[in-house]
Amino acid sequence: MSFESLLFQAVNGFASASGLFLVAAGLSIIFGVTRIVNMAHGSFYMLGLYLAVTLAPLLGEVFGGALGFWGGIFGAALVTAALGALVEIVLLRRIYAAPELYQLLATFALLLIINDAALYFWGPEDILGPRAPGLSGSVELLGRRLPEYDIFLAVIGPLVLLALHLILTRTRFGRLVRAATQDREMVAALGINEAALFTAVFALGTGIAGFGGALQMAREPANLALDLSVLGDAFVVVVVGGMGSIRGAYLAALLVAEVKALCTALGLVEIGGYAFNMSRLTLVAEFLVMAVVLVVRPHGLFGRPQPVQARRGEAEAPLMPLDRRGRLIALAVLVFFAGVPLLGAFISYAPVLALDMLIAALFAASLHLLMGPGGLASFGHAAYFGLGAYGTAYAATVLGLPTPLALAVGIATAAAGAMLFGWFCVRLEGVYFAMLTLAFAQIVWSIAHQSEEVTGGSNGLFGVWPDPPFDSANGLYLAALAITVIGVVLIRRLVFSPFGLALRASRDSRLRAEASGIAVEKVRWLAFALAGLLCGAAGGLFAFAKGSISPEAISVGRSIDGLVMVLLGGVHSLMGPLIGAGGLTLLQDMVMRESPYWRGLLGLLILAIVLLFPSGLAGGLRRMRRTS
Amino acid sequence: MSSPVLEVSALTKHYGGVHALDGVSFSIARGELLALIGPNGAGKSTCFNIVNGQIRPDSGRVRLAGRDITGLAPRHIARLGVGRTFQVATVFASMTVLENVQMALIAARGQVFGLWTAARHRGHGDALALLEQTGLAAFAARPAATLAYGDVKRLELAMALAGDPALLLMDEPTAGMSSDERQAMIALVRQLTRARGLAVLFTEHAMDVVFGHADRVVVLARGRLIADGSVEAVRDDPAVRAVYLGGASITLSQTP
Repeated sequence: MSFESLLFQAVNGFASASGLFLVAAGLSIIFGVTRIVNMAHGSFYMLGLYLAVTLAPLLGEVFGGALGFWGGIFGAALVTAALGALVEIVLLRRIYAAPELYQLLATFALLLIINDAALYFWGPEDILGPRAPGLSGSVELLGRRLPEYDIFLAVIGPLVLLALHLILTRTRFGRLVRAATQDREMVAALGINEAALFTAVFALGTGIAGFGGALQMAREPANLALDLSVLGDAFVVVVVGGMGSIRGAYLAALLVAEVKALCTALGLVEIGGYAFNMSRLTLVAEFLVMAVVLVVRPHGLFGRPQPVQARRGEAEAPLMPLDRRGRLIALAVLVFFAGVPLLGAFISYAPVLALDMLIAALFAASLHLLMGPGGLASFGHAAYFGLGAYGTAYAATVLGLPTPLALAVGIATAAAGAMLFGWFCVRLEGVYFAMLTLAFAQIVWSIAHQSEEVTGGSNGLFGVWPDPPFDSANGLYLAALAITVIGVVLIRRLVFSPFGLALRASRDSRLRAEASGIAVEKVRWLAFALAGLLCGAAGGLFAFAKGSISPEAISVGRSIDGLVMVLLGGVHSLMGPLIGAGGLTLLQDMVMRESPYWRGLLGLLILAIVLLFPSGLAGGLRRMRRTS
Repeated sequence: MSSPVLEVSALTKHYGGVHALDGVSFSIARGELLALIGPNGAGKSTCFNIVNGQIRPDSGRVRLAGRDITGLAPRHIARLGVGRTFQVATVFASMTVLENVQMALIAARGQVFGLWTAARHRGHGDALALLEQTGLAAFAARPAATLAYGDVKRLELAMALAGDPALLLMDEPTAGMSSDERQAMIALVRQLTRARGLAVLFTEHAMDVVFGHADRVVVLARGRLIADGSVEAVRDDPAVRAVYLGGASITLSQTP
């Protein structure tokens, strides 16, 4: 590696940092004022790029190439901002008072809907935009050619940072934004038109994201995977920089981008006789940067501790062991599931569907342990599903281990991953926890995608078939039933054990729990590890059930499926997630597979749940019964 | 002579240029009820939170029965025998009253990581006894979220006593209570102090509580200790009158 290539990559890093910054800055400003983490923020970035590649050629025909290109970028930013305002007025206004989890889910639903809308309008193919007129050449620098457009991008980030700084410090709007960020109640009490302020801030934030996306027109094609990849990166940047801090966002973006660029510049490195290809360690580097910052400064470089927020919504009723009737129902359900193989003689599809339901039930139950008693909404539970599935698949195919042992390897992999990631996650709470879990899940997903020699890349691993006696549909089904029952009983016992009580206590009042002598972080870490372990079992079973595992199956979509299952049934009891898992599996099987837009339909379903039944379907039904 | 239950020496804490605490020292003996008073911003909460481990002092020491506990985490300090109640009482809202006390007992006994056996039977008898002592036995099966605020404060006291502490820190134990409830609460604390040989450090705005029940009073003003003595001595101290009461007679607000 030469000094020149290092410098070359450094400039490249600045260019990438600008893109990251534009997304993270908007996310940060919106959170500061509205206290909502906009999960759909990457979607506005993606929309900006799609709009730009559409608008630029259209405008170009009328006004000529240069005006068309730049007009396309600014037009895209404006349209994105307008869409943002529309979303704020139609959707967000209804959920400002809702619990955090529902706000996260509602904006995530938006992500799903926007993605399918983009699929509908622009189709599944990548779309290339025109090159930048006047900036399509390159500059000679130390014997290497630097694209002019990259230099332009490197400058844009600091310029936007400066512009935002001026807006925030010199204008009345900026003063209001800063005031609202510090004390929202006070701004409301002073009689300022909050509604207009919130709409304007959301439009500004989404507009910047759209601008960031549109600027990428000359660098990368518009594609449908951008929303999630950008969201994951933006979360890393915001967690590193500190939520609500603009300069923190820029510094963090620069740090992350430069570390990645450095890895690329280093290329093949020999350490102690082993050759490492550093350029493929960019994700690990990103993870390390985040880990180091979080250990040293848990609230990010420029972040401040989040003020303790009162738990919104009413307190849960105390958990009671099942009464006679409840136990009978549980037994009846168990007998029914044990009898499914008999049903298979008449409906051959029944055991397959029932197996899917069992896997979903174990997955949802493990997530519920964190979300319900733990009060920690993980947006990245798919990571442990994936680790379990890949661990099992690798052990079964490459290592050729017998089925039970392969599953054990998968479970151990998931538990190890949950212990590693959980150690960082449990230091945070609320939206920070949600963001960090999602970022970790993105990292696991990307590693599965990139490390072809271990994970099979985008094709995944296949030929993951169980040995006898588990090789028949019924054999595997009964094994899965046994594992699921063990898992659910374990969770149930945990919740009523001293540990479960301590987990609930830490959720109810962290302050009181610490003052009583409970090691809150340790309790949460163990809960995280146990949830990951059980989730890994679900993942391992999934690999055997499908005979394969690919990155597709462990994407963020699966994390969200889990959240929807838990919420469908209600967070407050273990029964809820089990019912939700069964319900969503049936729904996906019957309705959603029929349409290419079923993710969008899922988004609409989530929005319906959030807006109509803010305490889950089970809770909603209970309330309807009470009022009728 | 054995060392005092709590001894703080030369505690100092700055926030930017503000001296929240400036060289404050005092100690509490077994069986003593010590009131920490002072106008708003005097440094009472800072002092409390340092003893409790929520804040680290810039300098100075906190000793519990001779052992240096400065800078330990709240949960460690709790396990060493310091019970704490908060200004705004907090309990575990999703549990029953009995479960709240059982949880505190489980934590105090270091049984938090029991994963298999049900918590229902852990410390059942001891928890009921604590509820009996704090007058909440009748509410044992009620969800804590449904208690009246005065009863929440009593529950918090029962939980703070669960670790059989040597020292009880009570941040405004009677805030938000009616006059009758106030007297009943402080009488209860008084009686428990005697029965258990507890040392109690409490802050309070209600002067009837302070001058009617405390054994000794420590007065803070702008981060400095300006008086430390018996109720009578502090009441007559001109410095206290000047800083704390603006010169008015303190007997006016005393309603024994």
